[in-house]
Amino acid sequence: MEKRVRFVSAWLPWVLIAPQMAVVLVFFFWPAGQALYQSVLSEGIFGGDTLFVGAENFERLFADESYLESFKTTAVFSLLVAFFGMGLSLLLAVMANRVVRGAGIYKTLLIWPYAVAPVVAGVLWLFMFAAPMGIVSFVLRALGIDWNHLLNSNHAMTLIVVAAVWKQLSYNFLFFLAGLQSIPKSLIEAAAIDGASPWHRFWTIVFPLLSPTTFFLLVINVVYAFFDTFGIVDATTHGGPGKDTAILVYKVYVDGFKAMDMGGSAAQSVVLMVIVVTLTVIQFHYVEKKVQY
Amino acid sequence: MASITLNNVVKRYGSGKTANQVIHGVNAKIDDGEFVVVVGPSGCGKSTLLRMVAGLEEITGGEIMIGDRVVNDLEPSERDIAMVFQNYALYPHMNVFDNMAYGLKIAKVPMAEIEARVAKAAKILELGEFMKRKPRELSGGQRQRVAMGRAIVRQPQVFLFDEPLSNLDAKLRAHTRLEIQKLHRELGITSLFVTHDQVEAMTLAQRMIVMNGGVMEQFGTPDEVYSHPATTFVASFIGSPPMNLLSNAPDSEPGTVVGIRPEHLDITPGGWALRVDALEMLGFERLIYGRWQHGDGDEMVIVRSDEAQPVPELDSIIHVTPRADRLHTFDAATGKRLSANA
Repeated sequence: MEKRVRFVSAWLPWVLIAPQMAVVLVFFFWPAGQALYQSVLSEGIFGGDTLFVGAENFERLFADESYLESFKTTAVFSLLVAFFGMGLSLLLAVMANRVVRGAGIYKTLLIWPYAVAPVVAGVLWLFMFAAPMGIVSFVLRALGIDWNHLLNSNHAMTLIVVAAVWKQLSYNFLFFLAGLQSIPKSLIEAAAIDGASPWHRFWTIVFPLLSPTTFFLLVINVVYAFFDTFGIVDATTHGGPGKDTAILVYKVYVDGFKAMDMGGSAAQSVVLMVIVVTLTVIQFHYVEKKVQY
Repeated sequence: MASITLNNVVKRYGSGKTANQVIHGVNAKIDDGEFVVVVGPSGCGKSTLLRMVAGLEEITGGEIMIGDRVVNDLEPSERDIAMVFQNYALYPHMNVFDNMAYGLKIAKVPMAEIEARVAKAAKILELGEFMKRKPRELSGGQRQRVAMGRAIVRQPQVFLFDEPLSNLDAKLRAHTRLEIQKLHRELGITSLFVTHDQVEAMTLAQRMIVMNGGVMEQFGTPDEVYSHPATTFVASFIGSPPMNLLSNAPDSEPGTVVGIRPEHLDITPGGWALRVDALEMLGFERLIYGRWQHGDGDEMVIVRSDEAQPVPELDSIIHVTPRADRLHTFDAATGKRLSANA
């Protein structure tokens, strides 16, 4: 059977993809091109007198201690987000997979956070962690922990990790649940007859069979932590205390629009672009081929 | 090895008004070393019954014993059983060796013995060259043998088979049927085999349980089930084409159903006059679908004839006589067998 659609007219296909192309061109290729262009320029503080400087912005960047520090911060942040986000959602998915009654309601509730904008998620958790009256900080104080994310950088990191994990939980949960449901029940039953305890069954049968999903989510979560968490950081810690929660994408904004170093900021964007391209390539390359049972 | 005893086994899903009872008090004793086939149409509860023996379904009522142990509340792993699933349920991320060794590793059998046992099973099932392959690299028949191997290496008290041949093509199915028979002769392990295929049931079973609607209709040897069906359901389910069941045959008692197998009708002058509706030429045999018109109406009668007989014309009239000693009588209301049948 012929599956490809054949168009009689030559221009109709182009018209049909035009809206999508327009969006991609205007909101991706144009700014990306701008970033590439600006990353090799040095701009005067009042604009106007731009200067071609070649790779100087990049050299400056990698000699900058605070930039390398931001790399480390981002690595820690994204690993924590990926680890806790995926671990927690896997736990929830395993439990949801066992629920028989009211499964629909349970799943709907778990999927809701996905509809919340990152900034709103950040503000939500900021309120709960706010030092004098937030519910979480109140409980923590009752437990003897003097919570202050404005002064303690570990506390600040915890806050943005919690907000970021909560926001991404629904997405991970959905994929893990779908992954769990695609594992034939008879495999679990066969393992049960073979004498495997539920714990052993999970780690020797279920978890290996979930590995394609897990790998996919790992890449997605790292990309998410790198790029989609700007709103959370901006709404809660502003990268502070000091620059201890200034992840790379936040630093792009601060250096570009607060410190007005357009060239340096653009160079950072280019570095981020390289990272996301690499992750995407890994994703496409390995998810289909290597990580399979 | 062990016997399996089912004492008034009941399965019900849900409770109260919405309860849905799928097994209605099954009683059976499967002897040590016996090969018993549970056969019935889909939805008759045969798989549920097997899964209850395996411990994959809870037992709502009654008692299941393996050997002299009541297993109602035992986990599947504690029942000393092995099961072959319809889709084989091989662990897709493990190679053939690991699939077969999985249960033994959990049981902490020493590695040397695991290897010996797996090698022995592999030899019986001719799987030696596939030990390093993943299930997806095997054909359907090979996967089926791995599933059998996984059951054999455990050396269980009881084998449970859940329609293990239904995913094979017809030729391979016939071949595997023979292999299972051979395997059972060699190992002599008590086996419970579920199928919807009456040919599998007739060929494999030492005794068979015929189920319908969650009720055990008959429990007997294939020969008993074929020649002395206990109910009209068994009479029509076992045998292909099914037994002719005539609800208003002349000179039969009212309220009874008369049964006669297609091969027990002889084409002779006199007797019942049938109008030939359709013919099926199967080479070694012929099936004649006749319509029998008599006083109260008409009924479809299937006659099995062979090459020795002339082929009747469509719409012509043929005359058949039932062999008197092969007539079965059933109660029309309950479907239960009435005649002792000579």
